[in-house]
Amino acid sequence: MLELKDVTKRFGSHTAVDQLTLSIPEGEIFGFLGANGAGKTTTFRMILNLLENTEGEIFWQGKKITYDQSNEIGYLPEERGLYPKLTVKDQLVYLAKLRGMAKADSVKALKRWLERFNITEYENKKVEELSKGNQQKIQFISAVLHNPRLLILDEPFSGLDPVNVEMLKQAVIELKQAGTSIIFSSHRMEHVEELCRFLCIMKHGSPVVEGDLVEIKRSFRKKNIIIAADYDLTFLKETAGVVKYQETQQGCKLQIASSEDAETVWRQLTEKGFVRKFEVEEPTLNDIFIEKAGESYA
Amino acid sequence: MRKFWIVFLHTYLSRVKTKGYIISSAIFLLIICGIFYVPDIIERFSGDSEDPVVAVIDETENQQLYEALSTSADGYQPMLFDGNEEEAKQAVENEEYEGLLVLSQSEQNLPQAVFYGMQLMNSTSDDIEAQLQQIKVAQAATQAGVDEATIQEIYTPVSFEREALDKEAKTEEELAGSYGLVYILVFALYMSVIVYGMMIATDITNEKSSRVMEILISSSSPVGQMFAKILAIGMMGLTQVALITVAVYTMIQIRGEELGGGFIDFIGIANASPVTLTFALIFFILGYFLYATICAGLGSVVSRMEDVQQLVSPVIFLVMGAFFLSIYGLSSPDSPIIVVASYIPFFTPMIMFLRIGMLGVPAWEIALSIAILVAAILLIAWVAAKVYRGGVLMYGKGGSFKQLKEALKLSGNIKK
Repeated sequence: MLELKDVTKRFGSHTAVDQLTLSIPEGEIFGFLGANGAGKTTTFRMILNLLENTEGEIFWQGKKITYDQSNEIGYLPEERGLYPKLTVKDQLVYLAKLRGMAKADSVKALKRWLERFNITEYENKKVEELSKGNQQKIQFISAVLHNPRLLILDEPFSGLDPVNVEMLKQAVIELKQAGTSIIFSSHRMEHVEELCRFLCIMKHGSPVVEGDLVEIKRSFRKKNIIIAADYDLTFLKETAGVVKYQETQQGCKLQIASSEDAETVWRQLTEKGFVRKFEVEEPTLNDIFIEKAGESYA
Repeated sequence: MRKFWIVFLHTYLSRVKTKGYIISSAIFLLIICGIFYVPDIIERFSGDSEDPVVAVIDETENQQLYEALSTSADGYQPMLFDGNEEEAKQAVENEEYEGLLVLSQSEQNLPQAVFYGMQLMNSTSDDIEAQLQQIKVAQAATQAGVDEATIQEIYTPVSFEREALDKEAKTEEELAGSYGLVYILVFALYMSVIVYGMMIATDITNEKSSRVMEILISSSSPVGQMFAKILAIGMMGLTQVALITVAVYTMIQIRGEELGGGFIDFIGIANASPVTLTFALIFFILGYFLYATICAGLGSVVSRMEDVQQLVSPVIFLVMGAFFLSIYGLSSPDSPIIVVASYIPFFTPMIMFLRIGMLGVPAWEIALSIAILVAAILLIAWVAAKVYRGGVLMYGKGGSFKQLKEALKLSGNIKK
């Protein structure tokens, strides 16, 4: 379990992370979200020992985090980086050695991973000769090769085609099932919804939303209504309780302040005529994100 | 500590295995072997041609000047020309002769000559001039009534011997030996600081610009990595030095007999004392660490290869300064500038070694300069480590010294 207790990071007068308290349970994928500049990378760097936290403490498995635990941590940085002139094999073996893995073990493990990602033919190719998508796979392997107990994935799927996204996603899910604690950062809310049970949305260095995804959604009072009808629906803009109105192919999509407002909308609609579709939806994570992390993000 | 050696080995092996390293080592070795055959090569070139022939037209009585010249001619062959001056000049232009020498008697009854050659710069004419000078002095002396024996006496060089009273002073043989050694070491240090210092800086910048740095420093401590790299590239340099030493030793074994002592003396290794050689190694290693550490710190603050050169150039100027100062010092090792410079850490490795090699320097002076140098290395290593910790996380453009300040500031935020 990874625990952050009142972690604060200041650069001069600027506070990048403010009193952050989090706990990331074992064998779970924790979504760590936030607008650009919300303090995500700074938090990662503190967990990784690259930056010293100004205040607070970080514990991994009950012990204060230091370089001694770096063998148990895997990191996929947002800014990808590998040695361009080294071969895939030399590169991965070296990076795994730096994480305390014996050479023979790392060679075995890397063969397994290359096979899994269908890129065995690149084992002895230089990284610079690989396509961007394949480099990304190598980068992913470098983060997980040494069987980390804690894995930090910063935008792991960006720049990949849908087939490869699916391939990596499956790998992430399997790692989770094997008991790895994973911190997952992404701007793609559908990925987060699919993978994460717990999450946290950062804004200006402190969490604005935190907890179980299902509960977060439930407690978010605003709901969406999808309506399909054959007459003009623009009058709904004026209806009490409607926060947002968005036209769609079939009719419109509304955001309402709370579920009670759905009744008002329903009554007004039935007065007008036949409704082909009326569906009250839970809000998407995207809605919550825009609402909570809003302003600076838009 | 295990990770320190992993980084060390990786840096060392991946460098030693590169084509550039293998080729440059091979070229070095070829040049060294080549040097040992230089006397042979010179001989082959000069042995082929016979002494040049010079046409002589002698206008003196009984051609006495020609007689005098031909008895003592060395390096050329005088030959009386049968014909007038114009014909002789034509013959020279046709390259039948090296030149034309017209000898005559001055009013004071002394020899005088005109030399016609294709070019003014002509080593044969210099030889002839020197020879005529001697004949002239001899004739003038005879005219003045001085006998042969007196002239011989006048020409004998003065007896002048140097004896050093200082017990630590170098003997003449030692001096001859250390002159070459000092020259070699100063040059080796100059080259290695520029080559290896630059290599360290670019190696670090490379890891930054390829962004692999972030993964590396999340695996093990950045400062440990910095020193592992400095040590690895230093080791690689020493590997090259060792190769060269083995090559020189082997060549001396093979060629030493044939070349004779003079050539080995010229290189200056045979007479150098083990003490001087030990100091050479000490100052080489300390000098390397001093400059390599600075380069590592500087390399960590930039993220683009173009900026490395710019930031490292002041260091290069510093080394060049030390180099030129020691070239001056070779001719006057006891001048006050040299003495003062030998205590300035940036110059100590070259200048203090020069003083040790050329003069007898009291032990306390050597100890003091090494102490200052080691203290400077520790201080610079401490600052460089601080800069490095912050620098590796910095991505901006430009290679200004403002970056250094920023890196230091950021470093305060980083785990020790």
